[in-house]
Amino acid sequence: MTRLLVTGIGVVAPSGVGVEAHWSSLVRGEPAIRPIEGFDTDQYGVTLAGQVRDFDPKAFVAPQLMVQTDRWTWTSLAAATLAAQDAGYEAPEDAYATSVFLAAGSGGNEFSQHEIQGLWAKGPKSVGAYQSIAWFYAASTGQLSIRDGYKGPSGVVVSEGAGGLDSIGWARRVARRGTPAVLVGGTEAGVTPYALLCQATSGRLSTATRPEDAYKPFDRRANGHVIGEGGAILLLEEAGAARARGAQQVWGEVVGYGATHDAHHHEDPAPDATQYARAIRLSLADAGITPDDVDLVLADGAGVPELDALELEALQRVFGGRATPVPVTAPSSWTGRLMAGGSALNVATALLAMRDGIVPGTAHLDDPVDAPGVDLVQQNRVQDVGTVVVLARGFGGFNSSLVLRRHQEEQAA
Amino acid sequence: MTASGRRVVITGIGVVAPGSMGREGFWEMITAGRTATRRITFFDPSRFRSQVAAEVDFDGRKLGLTAHEVHRNDRFVQMAMVAADEAVADSGLTFGAGGADDAPDPDRVGVTLGSAVGATMRLENEYVAVSDAGSHWLVDPRYASRFLHQALVPSCGATELAVRFGAHGPATVVSTGCTSGIDAVGYGAQLIEDGDADVVIAGASDAPISPISMACFDTIRATTANNADPEHASKPFDARRDGFVMGEGAAVLVLEELEHARQRGAEVYCEVSGYANRCNAFHMTGLRPDGIEMAEAIGLALDQGRIDPDEVGYVNAHGSGTKQNDRHETAAVKRSLGPTAQQVSMSSIKSMVGHSLGAIGSIEIAATALAVKRGVVPPTANYGVPDPECDLDYVPNTAREQKVDVALSVGSGFGGFQSAIVLASPDRRSA
Repeated sequence: MTRLLVTGIGVVAPSGVGVEAHWSSLVRGEPAIRPIEGFDTDQYGVTLAGQVRDFDPKAFVAPQLMVQTDRWTWTSLAAATLAAQDAGYEAPEDAYATSVFLAAGSGGNEFSQHEIQGLWAKGPKSVGAYQSIAWFYAASTGQLSIRDGYKGPSGVVVSEGAGGLDSIGWARRVARRGTPAVLVGGTEAGVTPYALLCQATSGRLSTATRPEDAYKPFDRRANGHVIGEGGAILLLEEAGAARARGAQQVWGEVVGYGATHDAHHHEDPAPDATQYARAIRLSLADAGITPDDVDLVLADGAGVPELDALELEALQRVFGGRATPVPVTAPSSWTGRLMAGGSALNVATALLAMRDGIVPGTAHLDDPVDAPGVDLVQQNRVQDVGTVVVLARGFGGFNSSLVLRRHQEEQAA
Repeated sequence: MTASGRRVVITGIGVVAPGSMGREGFWEMITAGRTATRRITFFDPSRFRSQVAAEVDFDGRKLGLTAHEVHRNDRFVQMAMVAADEAVADSGLTFGAGGADDAPDPDRVGVTLGSAVGATMRLENEYVAVSDAGSHWLVDPRYASRFLHQALVPSCGATELAVRFGAHGPATVVSTGCTSGIDAVGYGAQLIEDGDADVVIAGASDAPISPISMACFDTIRATTANNADPEHASKPFDARRDGFVMGEGAAVLVLEELEHARQRGAEVYCEVSGYANRCNAFHMTGLRPDGIEMAEAIGLALDQGRIDPDEVGYVNAHGSGTKQNDRHETAAVKRSLGPTAQQVSMSSIKSMVGHSLGAIGSIEIAATALAVKRGVVPPTANYGVPDPECDLDYVPNTAREQKVDVALSVGSGFGGFQSAIVLASPDRRSA
């Protein structure tokens, strides 16, 4: 049985750059959702987003690499640097011992829009040499592997919002097959004119203009979500390898994962939560635990009434038999939904909650919907978090569930 | 094969390839050595450096898709759906609740779909509309169509296949550039090995023959400039090669756990005996001539199947037809197979169907599986002038009847990805 530990976290998110900046923003309840900066949103009907402010890409990315890459890749490279620093990880002599397995959602949006605009306005010769490597979904994984010299089995998965968890699911397969260290997670940079327009056609974006009205998962006034950029990259290490190199810290252990698909409709969710609940059950069974063992759930928190109701139904189905309702929070409400980056960021948040015994409340959850069997966390709460479930859904019916547990040294055999 | 002992076989194949119709049309074409490369017809290519591509004469409506399926999906998804329909029919499986007695449990059916560039064609076409042909940075929502979120995020392709077959198991899109098609099948096999699925609909699709894709490869001179002779523009391993020919298409395979296939008496094409991927950590587009990382991937994939290099009878090459790729790959095959490299048959079907980026890996796996099943190795077309740096047996121009017990299919892509998959005849050893 391969044991996988989280030994490093790198965050580049609307809530802050660096894991501690993110956490303190969340714990202090600083809304990172604000009016969109960088372009005029008058014609979109959507005016708010979670943008990464206080991010200086030059601090992380060499100038010659910056011109070859999109903001999406800058945030990925920065998050990976921060994760490696946090873990005290240096590429081992065996270059094949480290893999990069990231989730992607929308690629290098701003770079690509610029090049396509040039092509149509001025002709093919205006397209630069880097479009072929800056836009496609594997760009950040490839650049990271090259920059840091990682030659292990690397990959890119796309399952919209579920991607961040799915990258961890795939990393476990990589680790089982002998690669001791895998960088996982992902970031996004889709707060750009064309990408915003594309996301708005989902019909799930809030058009509210005040942050407190816009993204309110599990609230009676929920009316859609707010998009955001950034995410998190985490370093996973096989327990023996982490110990052998003298890893300075262990955030937690990845002990269970489950993924299902609604397979119901090309965009609408299944009318019942059967498959979502099954994903959660699969992850608990994989971890060898029961619903009673779970201290906290980080919900997907879609912010769309129908989707929120389905998530609560799934939670009720799995956790409804407990003596005490399961605590559930949706920290994405503070940052916006970062697509593939969002579920990766929630893994980071779950591990921070575990470390400090603090559960951040859900933003703007003023008037919660009825949630039998579920304890919706409105305000920050001091509570021991030894085992936490992180949930994520992807547009179209992807359901993923990850179980993290506080690390305990192995008993002597 | 992993410690679980669960083995994976291919029981269905569907293909949408240029110049042909379906799996059998594709096989007939590539074994006849016929090429499907032509001057681009999708748009006026005259302002482009490379004006050649391998286009599919594809009409989703005539191939069983509904008007709404065509309306809401980019071409890459439509081609994946058509290829998947053919693969599933070929497998004899019925999917979804209430199917036949031997229908797989829907909860145990997964989907892994590869695509390098997703809905790039639709994204570009729609962008032209909302930006008034590139005249506005701030695009105008009034001209946007309804399904742009799906175009932006290619996971919609996996969703469409999951919905189509009622597959409730793990589903994902795999997007590792030009190795996507191998990696998607490799991941699908891992789902079965690891016990998370019994059947996986695995494959890849790409539809990149659009102005932005052609332009971006133009500027780095990765594509051919042989516009005078489109039918012979793709020349893998030939000294005259000058770049790849853009292609499009899809292939989908039904992967099945061996015992599951056996119990229902399914016809088996071959076993997926090994899969490995490595990165070169060198350059986004460049390749070192030594081929070390690809050789590493090949060696690991063979090890998984406990296969010795001298058992390999056929290598389905990446063979893109760029100067550096074909040299790199030849070195990798020599390094990994040793003396066997001098005897092995090695061919590139990109000479005939072009390079469909992420899709081609699955199309090549389809060709390789058919080669193992039918004892015929497809040729490298347009081969005439040997290159001293590419000195293996590339099966020039004419298919070869040859019993193939073990075959290898390899790929290499932007970002430094190197992938290898090993397919073996089911009667290679008593199972």
